[in-house]
Amino acid sequence: MSAVEITSTLDCTGLVCPLPVIKLSKAIKAAAPGAVIELLATDPGAVADLEAFERRTGHRVLARSESNGIFRFVVQRAK
Amino acid sequence: MTNERPKRLALVASKGTLDQAYPPLILATTAAAMGWEAGIFFTFYGLNLLHRKRRRHLQVSPIGNPAMPPPLHALPMVKVPNLLGTLPGMTAMATTMMKGWMSKAKMPSVEEMLDMCVEADVRLFACATTMGVMGIRQEELIPQAQCAGATTFLDYAAGADVSLFV
Repeated sequence: MSAVEITSTLDCTGLVCPLPVIKLSKAIKAAAPGAVIELLATDPGAVADLEAFERRTGHRVLARSESNGIFRFVVQRAK
Repeated sequence: MTNERPKRLALVASKGTLDQAYPPLILATTAAAMGWEAGIFFTFYGLNLLHRKRRRHLQVSPIGNPAMPPPLHALPMVKVPNLLGTLPGMTAMATTMMKGWMSKAKMPSVEEMLDMCVEADVRLFACATTMGVMGIRQEELIPQAQCAGATTFLDYAAGADVSLFV
């Protein structure tokens, strides 16, 4: 993965739907356009949810991975 | 996505039990998180969710609810017989159980979910008919509740992309 500068990390481990997406949305609103947010989550629904979130909002999911049950998403704010 | 008008979600929340309070609030807050407009029409028992006092005391009953999980995880076949659900204190017990699962999963309370709706500018319509039938006054509801009839909601829902009855 190319070096993307992560602006902030949002730890949503242990949280269930809808909290990861709501917290992500808040973090994106608070961030500058182009900012890159790293989201950590354990909710298995987050995998599909982040795809839908990207499709519906236009904020890009630059990277996604999983290790030891923790999903990691790198999301870039659009606009 | 960018130049289009935002999507709109229109929900009807018609139930006032602890378990049924969550789905419309989860959907509305999530819609708002995706940048959608969201509105909920609280009708009949659903209006309890907007009631300043009652929203803090929502309950779930084990009576007539075979989906209620067994008290012992190790024995999933041993369910509480429905008849026992009629005993005094069983509804309180089921409610405490459910609140326990919710807080274990770090789910916000119904009150907190509603606060999140308010913060996200979700439109909260309080059914005027229900207020009349149940004798609920505007001042008993949270201040963000807007008293409205079916016409108002249908007008809002006519512009919606997703409408659901909960």
